[in-house]
Amino acid sequence: MSLAEPAALPVAASAAPRLHVLKRFSSRFKASLPAYLLLLPSLIFLALFTYGAMGRVLVDALYQRATPKAPLRFVGLDNLSAVLADPYFTGAVINNLLYAVGTAIPSIGLALLFALALSRTNAVSSALRAALFLPVLIPMVAASALFLFIFLPNVGLLDYYIGRLLPVLPNWLGDPDIALSAIMVITIWKNAGYYMLFFLAGLQAVPEDVMEAAHLDGAGPFMRFRHIILPELKPTFLFVIVIATLNAVTQVDHVFVMTKGGPSNSTNLVLFYIYQQAVEHYDIGKASAATLLTLAALMGLTALSFRTMANREGGP
Amino acid sequence: MKLIDKLYKDTPLATRREITPKLGFALTVLLAIVWLVPFLWMGVATLRPASDGINAMAELLPSLKPTLDNVRDAWEIGDFPRYALNTTIICTGILLVQFVTITLAGFAFARLDFAGKSLIFYLFLMQLMLVPVLLIVPNLSLVAQLGLYDTLTGVMMPFFASAFGTFLMRQAFEAIPTELEDAALIDGASLLQRIRHIYVPLSMPSFSAFAIISVTSHWNDFLWPLMVINSPDKRPLTVGLSVFTATAEGTQAWGTIAAGTLMVIAPLLITFLIFQKRFISSFVTSGIK
Repeated sequence: MSLAEPAALPVAASAAPRLHVLKRFSSRFKASLPAYLLLLPSLIFLALFTYGAMGRVLVDALYQRATPKAPLRFVGLDNLSAVLADPYFTGAVINNLLYAVGTAIPSIGLALLFALALSRTNAVSSALRAALFLPVLIPMVAASALFLFIFLPNVGLLDYYIGRLLPVLPNWLGDPDIALSAIMVITIWKNAGYYMLFFLAGLQAVPEDVMEAAHLDGAGPFMRFRHIILPELKPTFLFVIVIATLNAVTQVDHVFVMTKGGPSNSTNLVLFYIYQQAVEHYDIGKASAATLLTLAALMGLTALSFRTMANREGGP
Repeated sequence: MKLIDKLYKDTPLATRREITPKLGFALTVLLAIVWLVPFLWMGVATLRPASDGINAMAELLPSLKPTLDNVRDAWEIGDFPRYALNTTIICTGILLVQFVTITLAGFAFARLDFAGKSLIFYLFLMQLMLVPVLLIVPNLSLVAQLGLYDTLTGVMMPFFASAFGTFLMRQAFEAIPTELEDAALIDGASLLQRIRHIYVPLSMPSFSAFAIISVTSHWNDFLWPLMVINSPDKRPLTVGLSVFTATAEGTQAWGTIAAGTLMVIAPLLITFLIFQKRFISSFVTSGIK
């Protein structure tokens, strides 16, 4: 039943076809009414907090307040250029890129190793899977509290044990050259077990008899991995990369608890910058402009993940 | 050697002699132990008496004179029961409303044909991508305009609709044979009655999978409640813990921090250890938290 369906009844006058289309449209709408009513509760909240929010970011980015109490003033694209010219923002963008690459690659690599090693189901491997999965369940804030002590200079867990081997130790969270790597470690610890699950699910699609046949033909473990497992896991890789990238942009709880973006802004990430502008500097215009830029940057990723998601969901 | 043979007894005979998989397994065992170290330290430090001194704080071997002093101190400094109550209210409130919204919307996508279906479907899909955390700034001003700043309702509201939940329910409902609904239709059951008495009871596994994902993610939320909540007595566990950590860190009370952290993460960890299989399969079906 499509709207483009040609009219079956002969229509006489010029005004009649339009009436006909209208009638047809209204009957289609009437038939659709129950569906709209069922969708309404969801659509109200989506409209307020997702689509409306995007619209508000767009508008807010065009206005500026001189002081928190002053009236709004239209400034056009000033906020946008101010954010782009702000060395703290560009610094946060660079940090975030480093952080995204530096967390995604190791945690995905480890996840794949874990999944390959633990793909068979027995008591030992399920215990190991559970151990690797535990960090996924705890709040980032709790993980940060634990790692604060692990990274503590001199008395902390890392220095206490590694200190016996090395003469000079860095101040893990206090050294601007190392702090970003230190918070990457937490992220890798927290996410590798999560990505492992997707690889475990993906590995189930690898046919056992093909693996055996390949082995009989003389293919070693690496050959089998390269030519049988890897092609089978391609969609999983794509999916996990998307999730890892989104995580890198949207999780900043550890930055908040452990470093507040410091030392010397070496761990400032984009979302934390947005938070600082909005809550600490009351600069909604600048915060909105930064949000807008981040959303725009994620659009490329969105297009990619739309495809992988749509494939997973099977379309409407 | 016996143990290794046992581990490999279900692999195909042909590949059982290969060394690479065993090396990978050994490395994974090693890393799994490393993965547990922070938890181990948390447990040991919680029970360590202050008399052991700051230098013993990092010792992973438990103290010979375990004490619950740290737990008592943490309990007194942070209002953990109140934080836990707030977190429970937030998670339950979000989940109950989500159950209603995702059931209705999921049914519409699964069983009804309507004008603009694809368009609305893609609108929902968009929410999956636009990760709500990025929209904290406009959503905070909206929550303030609605008079919900510093309320638990304000914390919950942005999550009342869930695209992910809608898709999950759509899939569950599509798997239910239409014959069942037709029979009810002949008996004169209304649309809502059919959803309530046929679709909902038959989709319980999907509801519980969704509940696990929803509760886990909102139990762990931090930045959004931090922005919405101002009063100390409305803090959820995560915000409470961060304030608690900041206070205790100043006094170098690491045993107390460990105890506080343990209290915050224990409920979810214990639930996970009991319902391990359910958790893991829910996380696999979800993809997105």
